[in-house]
Amino acid sequence: MATKQTQSAARLLAAPSIGLLLIWMIVPLGLTIYDSTLNYTLQGNPVHKFIGWTNYYYFVTDPAFLTSIWNTLVLVGSVLVISIVGGTGMALLLDQPIFGQGAARVMAISPFFIMATVAALVWKNLFMQPVFGLFAWIAHLFGAPPIDWFTNDPMIAVIIIVAWQWLPFATLILLTALQSLDLEQKDAAQMDGAPPLSYFWYLVLPHLARPATVVILIETIFLLGIFAEIFVTTGGGPGQATTNLTFLVFRSALRDFDVGGAAAGGIIAVVLANIVSIFLTRLVGKNLEG
Amino acid sequence: MARKATTSRRLVMTFVAYTFALILFFPILWMVITSFKSEADAIALPPKFLFFHWTLANYIDVQARNNYWRFAFNSVALSFGSTVLGLIVGIPAAYAFAFAPTKNTKQILLWMLSTKMMPAVGVLVPIYLLLLQFHLLDTFTGLILILFLSNLPIMIWMLYTYFKEIPHEILEASRMDGASRWKEIVYVLSPMAVPGIASTVLLNIILSWNETFWSLNVTNIHAAPLTAFIASYSSPEGLFWAKLSAASTLAVAPIVLLGWFSQRQLVRGLTFGAVK
Amino acid sequence: MRLTKALYAGAFALALLSTASAQSLTIATVNNGDMIRMQKLTSDFTKANPGIKLNWVTLEENVLRQKVTTDIATKAGQYDIITIGTYEVPIWAKKGWLVPLDNLGADYDVNDLLPAIRSGLSYNNKLYAAPFYGESSMVMYRTDLMKKAGLTMPKSPTWAFIAKAAAKMNDPKNGVYGICLRGKAGWGENMAFLTTLANSYGARWFNMKWKPLFDGPEWKNAINYYVNLMKADGPPGASANGFNANLTLFNAGKCGMWIDATVAAGFVTDPKKSKVADKVGFALAPNAGLGKNANWLWSWALGIPAASKHVAAAEKFIAWATSKHYTELVASKEGWARVPPGTRTSLYKNPAYLKAAPFAQMTLDSIDSADPSMNGTVKKKPYIGVQFAAIPEFEGLGDTVGQYFSGALAGKMTVDAALKQAQDYTTRVMTKAGYIK
Repeated sequence: MATKQTQSAARLLAAPSIGLLLIWMIVPLGLTIYDSTLNYTLQGNPVHKFIGWTNYYYFVTDPAFLTSIWNTLVLVGSVLVISIVGGTGMALLLDQPIFGQGAARVMAISPFFIMATVAALVWKNLFMQPVFGLFAWIAHLFGAPPIDWFTNDPMIAVIIIVAWQWLPFATLILLTALQSLDLEQKDAAQMDGAPPLSYFWYLVLPHLARPATVVILIETIFLLGIFAEIFVTTGGGPGQATTNLTFLVFRSALRDFDVGGAAAGGIIAVVLANIVSIFLTRLVGKNLEG
Repeated sequence: MARKATTSRRLVMTFVAYTFALILFFPILWMVITSFKSEADAIALPPKFLFFHWTLANYIDVQARNNYWRFAFNSVALSFGSTVLGLIVGIPAAYAFAFAPTKNTKQILLWMLSTKMMPAVGVLVPIYLLLLQFHLLDTFTGLILILFLSNLPIMIWMLYTYFKEIPHEILEASRMDGASRWKEIVYVLSPMAVPGIASTVLLNIILSWNETFWSLNVTNIHAAPLTAFIASYSSPEGLFWAKLSAASTLAVAPIVLLGWFSQRQLVRGLTFGAVK
Repeated sequence: MRLTKALYAGAFALALLSTASAQSLTIATVNNGDMIRMQKLTSDFTKANPGIKLNWVTLEENVLRQKVTTDIATKAGQYDIITIGTYEVPIWAKKGWLVPLDNLGADYDVNDLLPAIRSGLSYNNKLYAAPFYGESSMVMYRTDLMKKAGLTMPKSPTWAFIAKAAAKMNDPKNGVYGICLRGKAGWGENMAFLTTLANSYGARWFNMKWKPLFDGPEWKNAINYYVNLMKADGPPGASANGFNANLTLFNAGKCGMWIDATVAAGFVTDPKKSKVADKVGFALAPNAGLGKNANWLWSWALGIPAASKHVAAAEKFIAWATSKHYTELVASKEGWARVPPGTRTSLYKNPAYLKAAPFAQMTLDSIDSADPSMNGTVKKKPYIGVQFAAIPEFEGLGDTVGQYFSGALAGKMTVDAALKQAQDYTTRVMTKAGYIK
């Protein structure tokens, strides 16, 4: 296909980005691996002794470690399901010939533009606060006791907030895909008198499979690192109910100021994330051939 | 008859679509409304939806505490700076991957994405010390570099998927005319890829604008963006719902407006190669 | 009022644009009411010192501590003045990270500082941070509801009395809860309260060999008391309520009693902020009959990192912000009740202040009776601090143990399970850090 000369030119063009990303990967990774073997706390002894695997041992045997992995999976999994299912529904609605499509679209995708801190603060204070929050008032209207979100259902509360931010992203990508289903196909299906359900099942859904995998890939990368929403709302609690892996690493780094421990946690998180990414790669690789 | 059916169907669908869109939008709307209330009205039960004394007092309070414009300017500079850098480095790479793919191209792209999997907080101290050593703490250069590098994989991937859809023949033709590779990129390829590039730019600006961890931890005064501005409101201070809402509204307003004005572009452009 | 605010905003904008040549001080501070008031009043300082420009980094307490600790430990020198507390001062002064404050000026009158506060901010008898305000903790209660309940609050109540009063005042149907206490996890949130509660029950964090003591009966009694009380007579969502959330609740008239920082007294008696301003009474923090009241000692203070390049200017600013003159400035602009309390003896002899602040004597008594030394608990302890242990590990420890107790309050785990986890976790950390051999 491409000539030798093209190949070498291409390499030259790709080199800066590959080089920079290599540095961006290797330097932090190298420093982190090095730190993870040291007895290195910010406010401790200025001489950092080599202590081998000790930091890893303490991180893995932390009582919150397994809980945090479970919480990470629950959080990522739930938000993915909500945003794919909800995003598909919303995209289908917005793809209909409705009045004022633009305005509806703008409203539906707006949450994606909101920074995580603001989203968490608004939900926490204006909606989920159990005395003055809007949800408490709605519960009151129906004569029910207010739900005390961050005490009784902290994980659900965090999932709601995160899903609210990412559902619009899924909507956006799925809607784009729907709009490329060309009109002829749609018309043909209608002419055939195909019942809407089978039209949806045999034509629309397969068409959405590829964009859905893209949504899964990108959202997973971001969801594995969810931090601000938890920091602002529950601080990982109550107990460890909302401590995910990122939050556990944060605790070592900026609460214990244990640089060595946080480094070990960071390395463990990278390893686990890469296991997840191997699965993802398979999934996406299959769906993104060509 | 068919026409009538569609009209009524259309009305029903409009109603349903607007209901759900409104549910998604409501938190933002409520935040904006609350920002114009007095603190007492903000926690009044039953809640006051529209009929209350509208006031700008919260905005004045927020501005008195921190100069909003400085933070907003920093946010703009940081997200544009990192995006421009991303384009300069990313377009050639995406071009190479799209038009001269090797059997490793896909692996390289996935490897690039995997660099985003390191939790930032695990490397904070090493990176902080590096920035300190190079005198880059609280500077635009330092934070732009970080934002640029952490978004570069997504940019390259997006650009790659757009470039791939451009027919090779067009490039061949221009090559016949003896255009250099650089000219090919600038004059032939880029104009065709403008919609794709525009979407990439938009997404990258949104991601940079909203980046929370680095922007808070490696800046103080000179390079602190709006994510740092809002950080001073993240614990309650007695009655503070209205003030919090005003600060939040200010922090998100520019990016939300940008998103609104460009929503057509976003809806057309965010495919990530997933559409054939 | 609004106009002045707008003017300040304008002045700030101008100040930021101009005077690039002036010395600029970067001040890291916490977003509480007194500090924000100080920011608004700084034109008084900059007018007198036109060569000094002030840059403010105002942050929520946890974020502030993260950034300041990272900065000072790496000697980055990004801040000239930092807001720190009685927890950090002994640790950081020992490491040589803070500049001793010997040059605050002739008229600073360092001997006027309250002895308990001054010693909490000193190391080897040298002052390392100047107190901006000081606090202990005490009981604040609704006099009207107490009367309705047919009870009289003693000056120094017991925990048994508090429980009885809470049960009588509790009226959730009308949105009044018997008692509001901190539940939000954090070493400076629920653990500040719970550690003092436990102290009054005779508990300590560690014995003299640094062995954690959560497996003893003292902690068990204290935490059981707390969880039972809050379950019976506390507000919903208590496990997420910190100081500020409780302040909001109390000001909205939702709490019968509230045991918290003495500085809150200034806010709950401010008719502009509080619906119940004229119905608040005060009492000393409760005890369990063991001779120790459950009151803490804290001060937000201003210090200078050793890596600062503007020490002289920073000293000038600190001297201004913690001076008698500043107190008078606040009094003249906003009234005596708004001045930052708990730092100077002279304030508690000032008749104008005593008249404006009905809580003044109770605050002073609380601060005076707090003893952060190693003899401050029923049995001797190896660490300094009332509601904390001044060791670098405590912050992380307090947060995590606070999570367990917050979890117990939320009903996510039993009190026994929370205590067991607290014991195990603390033992782990102290072993890793080398305290337990």
